[in-house]
Amino acid sequence: MTSIAKPPVRHPSSRTNGRGLALRDYEGAMSTLCAGCGHDSVTAALVQAAWELELEPHRVGKMSGIGCSSKTTAYFMKQSHGFNSVHGRMPSVTSGAAAANRSLTYIGISGDGDSLSIGFGQLSHAIRRNVDMLYVIENNGVYGLTKGQFSASADIGSLSKKGEANEQAPIDPVLLALTLGATFVARSFSGDKKQLVPILKAGLAHNGLALVDVISPCVSFNDHEGSTKSYSFTRDHEVEVVQTDFVPLQREITVPETDAHVRVVQMHDGSKVRLRATQADYDPTNRESAYAYVRDCQLRHELATGLLFVDEGGRSMHEMLRTVEKPLIDVPYEELCPGSAALDALMRRFR
Amino acid sequence: MSGINDFAFKIGTVNGTGSASANALLMQAIFRMGIPVTGKNIFPSNIQGLPTWYEIRVSRDGYTARPSAVDLVVALNPSTYAKDVATVRPGGYLLYDSTWPLDPDLVREGITILGIPFGQLCVDAFEGDRDRTLLRNIAYAGSLAALLGIDMEIVGGMLTEKYGKKPKLMASNQKAIQLGYGYAMEHFACPLPFHLAKMDATADSILIDGNTASALGCVFAGATVGAWYPITPATALMEAFKGFCEKYRVDPETGMHNYAILQAEDEIAAAGIVIGAGWAGARSFTNTSGPGISLMQEFIGLAYYTDIPAVFFDVQRCGPATGMPTRTQQADLMTLAYASHGDTKHIVLFPADPHEAFGMAVESFDLAERFQTPVFVASDLDIGMNDWMVKRLTWDDRYRPDRGKVLDAAALEALPRFSRYADVDGDGIAARTLPGVSPKGAYFVRGSGHDKHAAYTEDSDAYLEVVDRLKRKFAHAATMVPAPAIHSHGPADVGLVTIGGCDAAVREAADILRAQGIAADVMRIRAFPFGEAVREFIAGHERVFVIEQNRDAQLRSLLTIELSVDPNTLTSILDYGGMPLTAKVVVDAVSAHLAGVTA
Ligand SMILES: Cc1ncc(C[n+]2csc(CCOP(=O)(O)OP(=O)(O)O)c2C)c(N)n1
Ligand code: SF4
Repeated sequence: MTSIAKPPVRHPSSRTNGRGLALRDYEGAMSTLCAGCGHDSVTAALVQAAWELELEPHRVGKMSGIGCSSKTTAYFMKQSHGFNSVHGRMPSVTSGAAAANRSLTYIGISGDGDSLSIGFGQLSHAIRRNVDMLYVIENNGVYGLTKGQFSASADIGSLSKKGEANEQAPIDPVLLALTLGATFVARSFSGDKKQLVPILKAGLAHNGLALVDVISPCVSFNDHEGSTKSYSFTRDHEVEVVQTDFVPLQREITVPETDAHVRVVQMHDGSKVRLRATQADYDPTNRESAYAYVRDCQLRHELATGLLFVDEGGRSMHEMLRTVEKPLIDVPYEELCPGSAALDALMRRFR
Repeated sequence: MSGINDFAFKIGTVNGTGSASANALLMQAIFRMGIPVTGKNIFPSNIQGLPTWYEIRVSRDGYTARPSAVDLVVALNPSTYAKDVATVRPGGYLLYDSTWPLDPDLVREGITILGIPFGQLCVDAFEGDRDRTLLRNIAYAGSLAALLGIDMEIVGGMLTEKYGKKPKLMASNQKAIQLGYGYAMEHFACPLPFHLAKMDATADSILIDGNTASALGCVFAGATVGAWYPITPATALMEAFKGFCEKYRVDPETGMHNYAILQAEDEIAAAGIVIGAGWAGARSFTNTSGPGISLMQEFIGLAYYTDIPAVFFDVQRCGPATGMPTRTQQADLMTLAYASHGDTKHIVLFPADPHEAFGMAVESFDLAERFQTPVFVASDLDIGMNDWMVKRLTWDDRYRPDRGKVLDAAALEALPRFSRYADVDGDGIAARTLPGVSPKGAYFVRGSGHDKHAAYTEDSDAYLEVVDRLKRKFAHAATMVPAPAIHSHGPADVGLVTIGGCDAAVREAADILRAQGIAADVMRIRAFPFGEAVREFIAGHERVFVIEQNRDAQLRSLLTIELSVDPNTLTSILDYGGMPLTAKVVVDAVSAHLAGVTA
């Protein structure tokens, strides 16, 4: 993907995290996306989340498919291992990498075109497989890189730049994920960094696949009057259902649980996510009611945002496969090969 | 043919009726008598109710190709009687179920027809339809034991091994064997003129199919990630891998697995999984057949262009499209050699039998990692699914995987700058790093244009540097892949060039031709790219025949493209109806061509 290297200067007074790294160290190459593209805001949120979580950059696999959105991987954490795969197929590559080395953190970045059309099957099956990864869909309702065709997430009646109305029903990744049994489902807006950063952090801490659908407007092809994925439409129709606050393990004790409306979910690594429902009775741990609520919002042309559903009790891919704790790439060959004596013994079976 | 320990017989039944275990019993009993034997299962692409045949060839000289003629046909499927009667060689025998009278139209002059009322015998002896059907198979095995002189002690021993702990099954099987055996002994002059006599020619051999042997190779090579999508005739490979892993790779205390097998949603995903795993540093593989390879092409190109190791087993079947899924062919050669769009070339290995499938499975991982590229093992249905008599598999415990050029943290530290695609050693192979090892080793994998530092580029020179390096790497691979297997008995003007599972038939054909006064050398290609030895063999023979199992002479095309050989110097012998090759096809074609040349 296109990228321009950034000059390696760091402001001497910039704050560093526990690893001694500044925010700048979590940035990547200079973006070549259009000025104002929502995807660049997602990049900024990812930089912030990774810095706050003090991730070790080279222990992160940044995975993507093809599209403007998939270029995002080049624009954050330059010292990480990046992988632009092929259109729509990031989930399988990530599944394989995770199978081989479960000790890395995998961040998959995709687009609505990438994930909901050509990659629809792979997205669905990665959810079923519950690969341990953060899966971000930068959802703009169009194919940006191929210049403005409707994508599968375009709403009925949404107008293209040329004024044509979309007639097919949209595929909503959040409803899809809830249906398929995803264990972490969130939606946010690229223009709402305050909401997005804690969601990304919680998603990174989640055991299993954390799907985050981010409405991320395309200023070049889908930010006009009549579009339902424009900045203004999204701002006007966003309903924050739950406020998310991520509490890392180290600071756990200092956070008082004061509010009765706050639900605390303990993540696999011991960190906590505090979820405050802003809609009366919204229960982010109940799949059925979450589905019904999101669906109702959709019918009212509202966008439910926040960490919409979380289940920390689900089994991740490695748990289902019963793979050893140690990354498979670190298992010594001697433990993998049964040796000549075993082969000799086995040969009796073939006589 | 047709003497002691030198004949072939064929059993025609209906699939889904349980004949497979009776056929396996016959084959294994002959093998245990020390007599070289091969079995070919000719089965339909459905689960139940269609005709299926099992061909057993007995060869004291150790020939394992499909027989050119059958001496005895056991016709148990009325719907194929006519066809079965016609396939018996003149002077041969037909054994049928005489519970129902044989249509007079089906009686053929010049063959002997033997009838045994298998159906009636089983109805009288056993209760229930299921038992009667299943045991009818064991009954015909019993009659063949009498007619062919199979050692009943060996058969008894095998039944004990199988049913020793199930007395009821043991008793009914023994009874069924005796029914067939006794009837044949009483009514016919047993054994037939061609029959079996104990030998000592199988002590160092095993009976195994290629998919099982390939799977074992993956286990011994230390493969840890397998991803696949079910397809005939490749399915059994991953199933066998799973079975072996459960035996050898599960920690008995914790129950934890040091392998991961992912049944993907399709072949595209299977390819993506093995590429992701290969990138992360695991030995990973997938098993598929033609339609799957078609789907994997985009990913194959990505792995090629981004220098990622991965192993692909292609158990070929008849194409194009869905073709004939249960018939064999070698028609993916061109596809594998140049899979994907753009300029690509791949390493392909061609095992000839299950023994080599085991060795080449191991070697494929070494080549994939050494050259950081996709490697294909081109097997086929005949090799993959039929039981072959091959030398027993052995293992050298000194083997260690060739991981190729992988920089660890210390090596990276010593470098001024890590450039992922820089050809430092001039062999076209750039050193790689594994994710997570060191901050200095981080780089970006991209299928889009990249320079030697892995950075995006649309600059012609930087692009050329990478693709030309890949070409050099491929040329270098030609010196490292398995050399062709050449069989020569002295000076010969005729060269027979072949590939994969055709080997046995072609070598048998060379022997027959020699007996007819035609000296022919045989070269079996074992890998693509072709090495110098391949060029020399072709140049060294006045007349070269290329024998392969596809319509369009794909091997011949590859030879002419890659070695700039004049196509007119290579005569094709093509056999692509879906059955394993016989020596007769080769002998007849060579003789006819040579007769045409001399005439
Ligand atoms: C097999 C294949 N088909 C088509 C394309 C062309 N293509 C590149 S990006 C893209 C759509 C990207 O849309 P989306 O994922 O929504 O990302 P956006 O550009 O909108 O961020 C398409 C169709 C391709 N690269 N590969
Ligand atoms: S075309 Fe749209 S999606 Fe692509 S970079 Fe520009 S604004 Fe972003």
